[in-house]
Amino acid sequence: MTSSTPHIPILRKGAPYRSVDVLTLCHHATGEPVATISQANGGLVARDMDSMNAAALNRFSVADLLAACRRAADLFMTADLPLGDGRQSFDDYVVQLSATTGLPHVLCRSNARKIHTVLTSMAGVLAGLSRGLDLSVLDQGHGRQHDIQLCFVRTTEVLGAVLPSNSPGVHSLWLPALPLKTPVALKPGREEPWTPYRLIQSFIAGGLPREAFGFYPGDHAAASELLRRCGRSLLFGDSSTTSPWRSDPRVELHGPGYSKVLLGNDQADRWRQHLDIIVDSILANGGRSCVNASAVWTPRHGLDLARALAERLAAVQPRPADDPQAQIAAFANPAMAERISDAIDAALAAGGAEDLTAAIRGSGRMVRGPRCAWLLPTVIWCPDRDHPLARREYLFPFAAVTECPAAEMADAIGPTLAVTALTADPQFVGDLMASPDVDRLNVGPLPTWQVSWDQPHEGNLLEHLYRRRSFRAEPVP
Amino acid sequence: MTSAASTEIGTAAARQQAARAELDEHVRRMVRWHFDPQTGCPFWLQFAERLGWDPRDRVHTYADLDLLPPFQDEWLRGGPVRRWVPRALSDKPVYVFETGGTTGVPKSRINIEDFRIDYSEFSNSLAESGFPHGSDWLMLGPSGPRRLRLAVEHLCQFRGGICFMVDLDPRWVIKLIKAGRISEAEDYKRHVIDQALTLLRAHPGIKCLFTTPKLLEALANQVSLRRLGITGIFCGGTEMTPQFNRFAREELLENHSIAFVPTYGNTLMGLAVSKPFDPADNWSITYYPPSPRAMIEIVDPDAPQRVVDYGQWGRVRLTTLTREFFMPRFLERDEAIRRPPCPEHPWDGVGDVRPFRKMAAGSVEGVY
Repeated sequence: MTSSTPHIPILRKGAPYRSVDVLTLCHHATGEPVATISQANGGLVARDMDSMNAAALNRFSVADLLAACRRAADLFMTADLPLGDGRQSFDDYVVQLSATTGLPHVLCRSNARKIHTVLTSMAGVLAGLSRGLDLSVLDQGHGRQHDIQLCFVRTTEVLGAVLPSNSPGVHSLWLPALPLKTPVALKPGREEPWTPYRLIQSFIAGGLPREAFGFYPGDHAAASELLRRCGRSLLFGDSSTTSPWRSDPRVELHGPGYSKVLLGNDQADRWRQHLDIIVDSILANGGRSCVNASAVWTPRHGLDLARALAERLAAVQPRPADDPQAQIAAFANPAMAERISDAIDAALAAGGAEDLTAAIRGSGRMVRGPRCAWLLPTVIWCPDRDHPLARREYLFPFAAVTECPAAEMADAIGPTLAVTALTADPQFVGDLMASPDVDRLNVGPLPTWQVSWDQPHEGNLLEHLYRRRSFRAEPVP
Repeated sequence: MTSAASTEIGTAAARQQAARAELDEHVRRMVRWHFDPQTGCPFWLQFAERLGWDPRDRVHTYADLDLLPPFQDEWLRGGPVRRWVPRALSDKPVYVFETGGTTGVPKSRINIEDFRIDYSEFSNSLAESGFPHGSDWLMLGPSGPRRLRLAVEHLCQFRGGICFMVDLDPRWVIKLIKAGRISEAEDYKRHVIDQALTLLRAHPGIKCLFTTPKLLEALANQVSLRRLGITGIFCGGTEMTPQFNRFAREELLENHSIAFVPTYGNTLMGLAVSKPFDPADNWSITYYPPSPRAMIEIVDPDAPQRVVDYGQWGRVRLTTLTREFFMPRFLERDEAIRRPPCPEHPWDGVGDVRPFRKMAAGSVEGVY
């Protein structure tokens, strides 16, 4: 380890704290140390959460905080910001983020632009979440809209977030808490401390008090304390991570997306003209987002559609992280890639489904580098929609194609974060509208990942952080 | 090397040799006791019959204990528990204590005087400033079938105090956590802490506390233990990382204003004392077993007869050698770093003990 290897500290109300317990993050391809990172013990998180409160942001108006978001947006993309004892440029950030996550530079940059967009257009995001409410009502505590008295009371002093490592874009989801006057306490994903840390530094450089920020890299114990202590929090993870918190209304769960592209009866015969949208839904961002499609459902021509998708996706090759043409991320831990690939092969071995990409490529889906591995895009043909692979989601471009009558789809798809419905059939759209399983619905030629940040995403953050209170006031005579 | 330094090394080596000789002599006494039909317990006497040779003839040193097959966890799970009572002690009142009970039938160990002897000896390591004689104690930790309940009370009484108790059933907490009933586990913790706070506020004579790391956190996050008059905390029961040690001393105990004594122990072994705090240790905690009554070694998990080198991680192997209990070469569910002897304890120590990772998956630890 060189002396220039940065150390990422814990931030306790914004103040750096170096733990005795330090983890080394290594480059996915070279194995070289990229950073050391302090690990928070559970008790430390608990102690801080007991004393962290909303006072740090309460003295700002929502308008002030929105201006701070705009400043932070630019600082995030351009400034040299504190990182441990040194500074980090935006280019350093991209290289470091890519090094530990395996995400290609080009995707690191596109995710950063997404975050920049959310921050610069935060007023619109809040307008969407609040359905156009004049949010100065949060400054005064009460106000009127459409001649209706409104009063809001906060549900928490601080928003906790247990974050993932899959894609930096997810950080857009907690950002609105800050203009909603709520400090944040973040537990970053193991390989991705970079984005939340840089965002915090952007906000501090942009004028927000550092007391509004907690940053707690750590293990399961740190995460559990954060979730237990915060009045409201967000938890990202697979079902084994999220299931213990399923009945806790204080915790908003962000689990697997199982996002899908659905073709209506009216478009099933015209599948060829939708191929670009479907490929994009599966492949964008290296297939690492919960809003990437992991299944395509169509009333007919399923096998033809699957073959055509496989032709397109089998052309994708692993490339070095700094290659501008890179489309898929490396797995820093080859064993994880192997487990995923083995799980798919085991499900295929049971019969009833076929990996069409394997046949076209003539090689396996796993490619090993000297230290890391890639999983190549994989399209599975599942004639039976109840085949286990028809309802799986993995951390790489993976999709199962299956057939289902359009009239049955809304009931059959199961929980789905993002649906792209390729249809103009009002009956089919109506069925999907009525389905409680669909969280986000894109109707028409929009990829699944094209989400508007002014719409709720597995919950509405404003409603998570505030509840309405009955309020009436008369002047005292 | 200066002559003073070489003298010191020579003295240290002599101390270690003397300690080893005492251990070997103790092994001979214990083997004679446990395998003598007049004094030994039915379990070991029957064991020797099956062995086909008499351990008294061949086991003359601590190293010779390798001649016996390693002690099996399963031998302690289930009855009849009387088979563990040495014949020479069969007219004494017998206690039975259980280990955690996180998996299946708990391991049981009989006790007559051992817990008192262990804790009386441990008492010598406690400084008067943190644990003044005559002060009262609060025992805030796993109670029920665990020996800690009586042991801490004895320690307190041995030092002239009266011990207050709060019940705690860790098995219930583990059940709640495994079932994902987190809020109920939190409620239970609050219930325990509330009782402790009530006692601490109502009884100013309580100056000393036994508790576990998690309960210490919960307690100290609510009140200033220093202002409540606590001067010393004896802590154990679950893993204490270097970071926890630092956090406890700097924050929970308000910048070292309360004496903090971490220990490692269990029903099977007794308790190991920690090396006094030294900033040079970078918060790492090293424990020393109460030789010759018990020994701890750090062994290669894949070849448990091989002790690892100093500074290396390995699995914890316990040997208990008292008149009440003979447990040679037992592989514990913990791992640790092998540490060298120190002047106060001229035998190996163990550092940064934590649950054995190969076994920890699926088990719940550190919840109470």
